Amino acid sequence: MKIKIMESPFNPWDEMQRYEKEVLDPLYAGQYGAATVFSGTMRDFNEGDGVTGMLLEHYPGMTDQYLGKISQEAAEQWDLLDTLIVHRVGLMMPNDPIVLVAAWSAHRGVAFEAARYLIEELKSRAPFWKKEQLLEGERWVANNTPA
Amino acid sequence: MIQVRFFASLREEMGREGAELEAVEASTIGEVWEKVAAGKERPANLLMAKNMDYSGPDTPVCDGDEVAFFPPVTGG
Repeated sequence: MKIKIMESPFNPWDEMQRYEKEVLDPLYAGQYGAATVFSGTMRDFNEGDGVTGMLLEHYPGMTDQYLGKISQEAAEQWDLLDTLIVHRVGLMMPNDPIVLVAAWSAHRGVAFEAARYLIEELKSRAPFWKKEQLLEGERWVANNTPA
Repeated sequence: MIQVRFFASLREEMGREGAELEAVEASTIGEVWEKVAAGKERPANLLMAKNMDYSGPDTPVCDGDEVAFFPPVTGG
């Protein structure tokens, strides 16, 4: 169960591969039949406007605490081997990865359900805020889009 | 002391990162807001946390607590 807050760009697929190699394999090689991933990437449009950049602010400490809580809840609810959450903060550009959530389990059903839980709970409870830079000016994102 | 923190659009509206209150000045999070908001009405969708846990306006506060106010979260 790992939480990472990244202040610079990250590659979700490298993160997955590294985590499997360094953490999963030594403990669970041959046991994880399923890995599910949600990868979120910055769009260059929102609500009909072009978006040229985005500042992602968070509440250091509380962010880690809530991502940890959410991961713990998933671990209690489903028969998982492990989970990973990586979230970007700071200034980012369109096409930059924002978030990765992943769940490993023996079988796919619980891994899908757990990954969905992790991303939906992250979006509604983890203290992150997005400020979009537009062609003209900037604005805070008021609400997340529905699932 | 009670440490008060503002985040995101609320920080910009308040024009500061936070504030400090003497513990005797407020006994709940709602009272903390009244002391630091300079008459600004509490937005209906305002979120509140005490010591990094979501809380409500009636949550008691005491010396050494950190209280944060912020708008709805938009991560992910």
